[in-house]
Amino acid sequence: MELGPYLILASLEGAVTAAVLALTAVGLSLVFGVMRVVNIAHGEFFMLGAVIAWWIAHSMGGHPALGFAVALVVAPLVVGAIAVAADMTILKRLDYDPERTIVATIGLLYIIQQLTLMTYGPEARPVEAPFNTRLAIPWFENGENGWQMIWPWGLGTTSYKLAVIGAAMTVLLGVWVLMKRTRIGLVMRATQTDREMALAFGIPVERIYALVFGLGAALAALAAVLIVPIQQAHYLMGGDPLLLSFIVVIIGGLGSLPGTVLAAILIGLSDGIISVFFSPTLAKILATLLVGLVLVFKPGGLTGSSGK
Amino acid sequence: MSAKAKIIALHGGLLVLLFALQFVLPAYHHGNLARIMVLASYAIGYNILFGYTGLLSLGHALFFAAGMYGMGLGIQHLGLSVAPALLAGIAAGAVVSAALALLALRTVGVAFMIVTLMFAQAGYLTVLYFGEYTRGDEGFVIQQAQRMLWGIDLSDATNRYFAALILFATCLAVSLWLVRHPFGKTLVAIRENEERVRMLGYDIFVHKLVAMIVSGTLSAAAGAAYGLLFGYAGASFASVQYSIFPLLWVLLGGAGTILGPFIGTLFMFYLIDLSSGLTSAYMLIAGVVLVLLTLFAPQGLVGELRNRIWRWLP
Repeated sequence: MELGPYLILASLEGAVTAAVLALTAVGLSLVFGVMRVVNIAHGEFFMLGAVIAWWIAHSMGGHPALGFAVALVVAPLVVGAIAVAADMTILKRLDYDPERTIVATIGLLYIIQQLTLMTYGPEARPVEAPFNTRLAIPWFENGENGWQMIWPWGLGTTSYKLAVIGAAMTVLLGVWVLMKRTRIGLVMRATQTDREMALAFGIPVERIYALVFGLGAALAALAAVLIVPIQQAHYLMGGDPLLLSFIVVIIGGLGSLPGTVLAAILIGLSDGIISVFFSPTLAKILATLLVGLVLVFKPGGLTGSSGK
Repeated sequence: MSAKAKIIALHGGLLVLLFALQFVLPAYHHGNLARIMVLASYAIGYNILFGYTGLLSLGHALFFAAGMYGMGLGIQHLGLSVAPALLAGIAAGAVVSAALALLALRTVGVAFMIVTLMFAQAGYLTVLYFGEYTRGDEGFVIQQAQRMLWGIDLSDATNRYFAALILFATCLAVSLWLVRHPFGKTLVAIRENEERVRMLGYDIFVHKLVAMIVSGTLSAAAGAAYGLLFGYAGASFASVQYSIFPLLWVLLGGAGTILGPFIGTLFMFYLIDLSSGLTSAYMLIAGVVLVLLTLFAPQGLVGELRNRIWRWLP
């Protein structure tokens, strides 16, 4: 295959990564933006979403679409509820102190991960996609008879992958509407801008925090349910999304939703394209160094204002 | 007794006790205690930055691994003997910590934690990337013949215990000396109120830089010693988990106390040792302890002891 089809394939894969990443990262970004809490356990909420999706799909039987549809609704709700419980029992009692909450969420990471290991086990398990039609993509080539359309082998995608991109876009739009056009979004933004003043105006800040923490975790879980038919559910699968979400949130500007989505697209696409040319380990090394250096030299993120 | 005499009696007493214990302990616990002393040295190094200077690093595995690989690769690929290899490991730790400090100290608070985490992760991935030399996750064994220091076989249990004790005593002495020195007191002042210290005319950056280099170098010494005494270097020692461990030990023992790192390491080591007999998910215990500590005892065991009974504890 030539370079062109490779790039198309890589950008399609990248678009799927970007879609899922945007959902996960927006969850992380919401929590950081409103609560000023760096949630190290975010990747584990993602993993929980995938594992719960497997449980549901496995125990439902029937047509795979049925189990998947139920998982799409139930997994984010369950994970959101777990997150709300964690917020009320742990984070609230730490008074949302930035450093202590990091330590506590590291603890939470190990608790969730290891409990999953004890119950779900160390195997990676697949979930069947609800629909999975293969779609081939044509390519144009200047051959003996002038330009002609060919169908290169291996160049194609599946209807499911396109659906993932569509679903992620819909949900992100929903989050945007929630934040900008509803009363609860207004209250969240007020809390983000000035916690003290929000309290003074009678906003139940602690309830808002619990809601935001649950919403952030639910978004990660939703992203995982969408990706689990492509990847597999495994108890250690939370590491990469956590790292990538961090990268996205930091590059996009801490707490800025449009910046986060933009950075997710950038990182997702470049991740797909870079990993065609470089080894994944080298790509990860470059990515982690990039995050470190961006934080050092542009603490506000690439799109955000510089300075503290 | 004056405070100074009490401090010398307590810490000297601990070292004498550790010296005496080796004659009575059964082989299994004898080996464990040697391991705990090396890991406690790592925790002491971590505590200088976290406990006394107030900088929470999530990337100390980078320094521990720098020491371990500086030593191990020196022996394995450059044919160094033990003493220069140890020095190479310690020097590697000093260089890496200085380099990271110059970058990371431009940030504060949460950003500092994430920057250290990211660079340590890059370090871990680098170890994996150069798998040809480091053997990646699998790691490499340092043969018994390569572990002879001045004719002393460091793979022998008694010699190993002594070497660990010497390392631990040195780190304990360095940290005790440091925190009683005006420099150490300035570090504590920076932890308590950075702005006020700056206003008094101290150079905050230089103080933090030196603290981070001392902390990283001690961690690297512990890493080098760990690889040497137990004859193995592997990528898992560079992973995030090994950045979390010293944080856990120091929090459990008591941040900003001299004995805290040792007590924390001792407790956690046996807690994980006992629970790994019951389940393979032993890191669950680490998670639960972390959460409970941040919730109920942010001062740690020795910290609570200092608050309640022995106010003179350094």
